[in-house]
Amino acid sequence: MGEITKLTLVNLVSKIKSKEISALDACSDYVSRIVKSKKLNTFVTETLEQAISSAKKIDDNNLKEGILSGAPIAVKDLFCTINVETTASSKILKGFVPTYESTVTSKLWERGAVLLGKLNCDEFAMGSSNETSAFGNVINPYKVNDENIVPGGSSGGCSAAVAADLTVATVGTDTGGSIRQPAAFTGIVGLKPTYGRCSRWGIVAFASSLDQAGPMTKNVSDCALMLDAISGFDEKDSTSANTKKEEFLKNLNRNIKGLKIGIPKEYIVDDMPKEIQDLWDKGISWMKESGAIIKYISLPHTKYALPTYYIIAPAEASSNLARYDGVRYGFRASGKDLNEMYENTRSLGFGNEVKRRIMIGTYVLSSGYYDAYYLKAQQVRRLIKNDFDLVFKDVDAILTPTAPSSAFKIGEKKDDPISMYLNDVFTVPINLAGLPAISIPAGFDQSGLPLGLQIIGKPFDEQTVLNSAYALEEKIGFKSQVKDWWM
Amino acid sequence: MADNKFDYYLDGKTGKWEVIIGLEVHAQVTSRAKLFSGSSTKFGSDPNTQVSLVDAAMPGMLPVINKFCIEQAVKTGLGLKAKINTFSKFDRKNYFYADLPQGYQISQFKFPIVGEGEIVLDMPYGTKVVGIERLHLEQDAGKSLHDQDPENSFVDLNRSGIALMEIVGKPDLRSPEEVGQYVKKLRSIMRYLNTCDGNMDEGSLRADVNVSVRKQGSQQLGTRCEIKNVNSIKFMQQAIEYEAKRQIDIIEDGGTINQETRLYDTKKNETRSMRSKEDAHDYRYFPDPDLLPLVLDSEFIENIKKTLPELPDEKKLRLMNDFGLSSYDASIIISEKDISEYYEDVAKNSDYKLAANWMIVELFGILNKEGKGIKDSPVSAVNLSKLINLIKNGTISGKIAKTVFEQMVQKNENPEVIIEKSGLKQQSDPKELEIIIDNIIKNNQDKVIEYKSGKIKLFSFFVGQAMKETAGKGNPQLINNILTKKLK
Amino acid sequence: MLIYLNFSSSLMSINKETVKKISKLSRIASNEEFENSMIKDLNSILKFVEQLNELNTSNTEPLSSVVDQKLYQRDDVEKKINEKKDILQNSPIKNENYFVVPKIIE
Repeated sequence: MGEITKLTLVNLVSKIKSKEISALDACSDYVSRIVKSKKLNTFVTETLEQAISSAKKIDDNNLKEGILSGAPIAVKDLFCTINVETTASSKILKGFVPTYESTVTSKLWERGAVLLGKLNCDEFAMGSSNETSAFGNVINPYKVNDENIVPGGSSGGCSAAVAADLTVATVGTDTGGSIRQPAAFTGIVGLKPTYGRCSRWGIVAFASSLDQAGPMTKNVSDCALMLDAISGFDEKDSTSANTKKEEFLKNLNRNIKGLKIGIPKEYIVDDMPKEIQDLWDKGISWMKESGAIIKYISLPHTKYALPTYYIIAPAEASSNLARYDGVRYGFRASGKDLNEMYENTRSLGFGNEVKRRIMIGTYVLSSGYYDAYYLKAQQVRRLIKNDFDLVFKDVDAILTPTAPSSAFKIGEKKDDPISMYLNDVFTVPINLAGLPAISIPAGFDQSGLPLGLQIIGKPFDEQTVLNSAYALEEKIGFKSQVKDWWM
Repeated sequence: MADNKFDYYLDGKTGKWEVIIGLEVHAQVTSRAKLFSGSSTKFGSDPNTQVSLVDAAMPGMLPVINKFCIEQAVKTGLGLKAKINTFSKFDRKNYFYADLPQGYQISQFKFPIVGEGEIVLDMPYGTKVVGIERLHLEQDAGKSLHDQDPENSFVDLNRSGIALMEIVGKPDLRSPEEVGQYVKKLRSIMRYLNTCDGNMDEGSLRADVNVSVRKQGSQQLGTRCEIKNVNSIKFMQQAIEYEAKRQIDIIEDGGTINQETRLYDTKKNETRSMRSKEDAHDYRYFPDPDLLPLVLDSEFIENIKKTLPELPDEKKLRLMNDFGLSSYDASIIISEKDISEYYEDVAKNSDYKLAANWMIVELFGILNKEGKGIKDSPVSAVNLSKLINLIKNGTISGKIAKTVFEQMVQKNENPEVIIEKSGLKQQSDPKELEIIIDNIIKNNQDKVIEYKSGKIKLFSFFVGQAMKETAGKGNPQLINNILTKKLK
Repeated sequence: MLIYLNFSSSLMSINKETVKKISKLSRIASNEEFENSMIKDLNSILKFVEQLNELNTSNTEPLSSVVDQKLYQRDDVEKKINEKKDILQNSPIKNENYFVVPKIIE
């Protein structure tokens, strides 16, 4: 006991398939760790008993066919799960029990995975530190001088849970960096696939044109396996890409000889810590050592990505969140008439950051401001995408840091929305352009907090992204420094 | 004739006023499933039994468009002689309401699927062409019931997400009469196309009516008010009259019209400002990020074009040119798809002109009297065509035919059987008639002499005698011929 | 080189009236405290996003989706997936047949 939770997903599944480990033992080990890890506040809902009985069923009926057979997996509480409460970490969805299962999670269970529970996140995935959750912030398994650190966001419960071995792998969602930034903050791997690669059906929507589900795992191979499991065309999602099914794990290899890697000069930010610049430089030399060709490139509209994002994402969110009105599900406040009921419900049901974004989104779409803000942002979005289209004529992938800093202290940026938003400076452009990008753990800062490097690929070229990351992973030789201090 | 000149002007204290009307018609697309979900569109089911997760706006649900609804919209566009846009987009129209679960309606704002077209109206003062601004696809909302509980309203989402075509007409209409004709013609075109059943009492066809007034002769448009969701032609006409007069009174008293949304109260026959729409004017339209632009290729449009049935205007021309129907008769026959189909059924086995006459005079007389539509006609098309053939081939006279028709109305019986049973068959054997006529001549020698000496008016006396002898069943044409010959 | 926090003066700024109007449109109840904090936050966000005005985009097509494929169209087939109870199940206030909301006056 105890060692099972250290295994990677690929290893665990192969041991379950070969009956070296039973699905029940695997599940029990995770369950007992989860029970002892309440301090991290990673789970919003636990389904531990259910998980145990599902695991037993796998052993009893020898259901070892699936590529995730017996893998105990908790998922971000943004995925609707049948008969399991789904809240998006918001009070307004408290008590909502879907009668349906999201496409991505149903693929997990079809392939043999077992649901451990629902993971905490920023409310409606709006945040970069997991501090906007209605159920309290998640605590990073990494600690600095006894001070609690954020796990990143919005998939902060996911990142902390993988880093703390509370789930063998997980799926998060990424609208502006919500998979990659928390992955970087907790020393794990996180991949945002190409927009359209994974179905959005059944995922609580934040910004529909940007949202994308993706894996968060202990290493690159696990990431490839998870992507194999969750990707694919879904006729229930009109924006889902009708591409042929690929085999990412099978085609995973470290041969990146001759691969052209772009280094964008615009990603050198003013007050970026030196250790991040150094790590980036190291990444460049590791790439070279692996036989890749480094090319210095320009993405001139990079600086406009964040402002563009903070118009488009809130605009879509203001509309996507209009359905939370207290009528059909979730929380409802009283009111003397319909409008007062709506206003009270939404005012008490949403947290501050969500309200802020709804307000901004409503404003930029309102008559008289649409052209100046929303239309302008869509135009700049085109320019940002054009930047990438152009450089991808010359390079196969792009290497950047994942975030401009390491994880920060809880409460440090809470009162300054803009400084919080700046955390996503390197991740947001990728969502705007709809590209695939991975964050892999690449080292530590002086205080011992993990740092990540990001590899960005061409649309639907996750294989190159994964292969580059796989090559880099070997060079980096990252070892988790999580100390189980909370147990 | 006064009828032949347009003269709908309202009298105010300061003179005559012209009424300017434009309609936004919401027509339910005839389809099995909803626009963005697989729920049934059936009318009259139990509340909340035709609601998918998408229709109830459950978290994470996404719209997927129904191909057939796109075809229906294109078909309707072609029927309105309109431009089909090969590129169109779906936008979200954002507003909060209890029967709008998403908090937005998916509609088409900037790029509608159909552009400008037209509808031709037959008015007593001539044909009038009314412009169509655009046609776009959108979702219907659910239904709120306000009268079931003193404190609460109830929400039924069965209708939520059903495909609608919003057909926006130009402000070309000038009278309640024209509005009536416009709605009827539009409905008729859609029924010919099978794109909307047009059942107004089921809500399949409703209109927002925009009304403004201006002094007769003025070229400037006044401020308009929009009367929401009127669901019968009669109510539209009443609402327009009320609203126009209200606006005239305000202006003549020195006031100004507020551009606003109003509700027509059918019980009080008045319009009033809608409180619930106070801040509805900022809909924050933006492209729906859950959907992609709708791009139609020309082959798709051409294929639909090929399936278009003959439409009322073309049919009218054909009936006039090929069958010699009068413009008046033809426009009645084509006015409704069901009528024209009935007509075609009657005429194809009988006589085009007689069929039109008999339908318009006799059949519609009965239907009007009994308050029935052609679908419930007591006389089937087959039987009516038989009756017409009996007249045509001389088996019965026109006069007898009316008696037979009356009996047909009673129990939709085959006229041949009725004639057989009641012995109403026309006596058309020339030999028999000759014997009868010979007898009449023999018994009325004095009249024959008078006739031959020039009193030709007596001819009808002989005809009358012959009819009397044959109990009215003698073939009048034959009797005429024989008498003419014998009295020479 | 990026200078994120160094943005120029704002074209438009949000006052209390605007916050009230927006909160009404958003159906979020408003009070003095909420308004004051929103005036501050929204103005700082708007100032931040107004960097975009440095760019001339008069000839740029707006981009609303990165997906480059034809809109998927489903067949016109009825699917009975949900029972009434599934649809009403999560509603905080309902009766046997309907969602229930405070009386609406039209």
